[in-house]
Amino acid sequence: MPLRQQIFAILISIIIFIVIIELVRKRKLREEFSLIWLLTGFLLFILAIWYDLLLAITSLIGASLATSTLFFFGLVFLILINLYYSIKLSAIANQMKNLAQEVGILKAEKEEKKNIKEKWGRGEEEERIKN
Amino acid sequence: MKNNLLIVIPAYNEEKTIGSVIKGIRNVAQTSDIIVINDGSSDRTESAAKDAGAFVVNLPFNLGYGAALQTGFKYAIRHGYKYAIQMDGDGQHSPSSLMSLIKEVEKNNTDVVIGSRFLGGNSYNAPALRKIGMKIFSIITNFITGQKFTDPTSGYRAMNDSILRFYSNDIYPVDYPDADVIIMLHQAGFRIMEIPVDMNPSLTGKSMHSGLKPIYYLFKMMLSIFVTLLREPISFTTSPHRGEGKGEG
Repeated sequence: MPLRQQIFAILISIIIFIVIIELVRKRKLREEFSLIWLLTGFLLFILAIWYDLLLAITSLIGASLATSTLFFFGLVFLILINLYYSIKLSAIANQMKNLAQEVGILKAEKEEKKNIKEKWGRGEEEERIKN
Repeated sequence: MKNNLLIVIPAYNEEKTIGSVIKGIRNVAQTSDIIVINDGSSDRTESAAKDAGAFVVNLPFNLGYGAALQTGFKYAIRHGYKYAIQMDGDGQHSPSSLMSLIKEVEKNNTDVVIGSRFLGGNSYNAPALRKIGMKIFSIITNFITGQKFTDPTSGYRAMNDSILRFYSNDIYPVDYPDADVIIMLHQAGFRIMEIPVDMNPSLTGKSMHSGLKPIYYLFKMMLSIFVTLLREPISFTTSPHRGEGKGEG
């Protein structure tokens, strides 16, 4: 791999690292999600400094060019990340549904209690007036 | 005396029909408790239902038909109701069949009873495409359960509290709970029954199946049935017919 390419790849992976750490530090990204991104940066770094590994993988999967190996795995990675988000979204949608149901029921119950109380309160008032 | 029976009506923008539906129920079941789940309606569904004398739960935003129904089931469990009936707020389900539905469950002949629009010489005129869809799901449901269902997509059903507990679980589908739920119930070992119910032809409101939704519906139902079959026979059944395993669902 030409030196310039290598420097570029190393730079990119370092930037990814810094951005992620910074996001976690500012609590904008939960540790849970940061792991997957840190791993991505790490993998990029490894491939950048260890070009033979990329060549080995390329011949292993039968690709003709090292770049197609990168693109292929990049795509697979993005699909997996999306799938992961879909799973997360499903879980969150379910939790949100349960919360919304709970809120609806609790609100209605509270209002009902208030109505009963008001009725009772008024009743007592009337009784007091009568007496 | 506290009521045993809760009538659950999910409603999404039904201000025109909900009032008459509730009044119709009151005519046949004067003392029964009625709960309307207002599923984030943008019209006056809430006040129409309240004016007619129903207890209204407002969901903070639109959750979908199944989730709205489930809210009613959860409420029923919280307040210790023994039986519940689900019916639609568009006036399609005639309250005259309420008593015959609940009777079967009360007699403990079955855990859940489905009101069929086709049984007993009833003629229900659905659009041709929907009729085909209904037929397909009825064939699939019959094949899997080995029981004859003429109307597995009917949303007019009565159930006892073990079904209510089962329905309060996260497995209950949030959209279009019909044929797949029957298969789920069958897998869990519940007893299911179908009886004829009357329909109000004059009051056929808008359908929830419009636009691209039928295609999604078809796909969702096929997938849902398929994965239900792939799952282990659901272990958290609360059916009394499988011992006394009445755990919290």
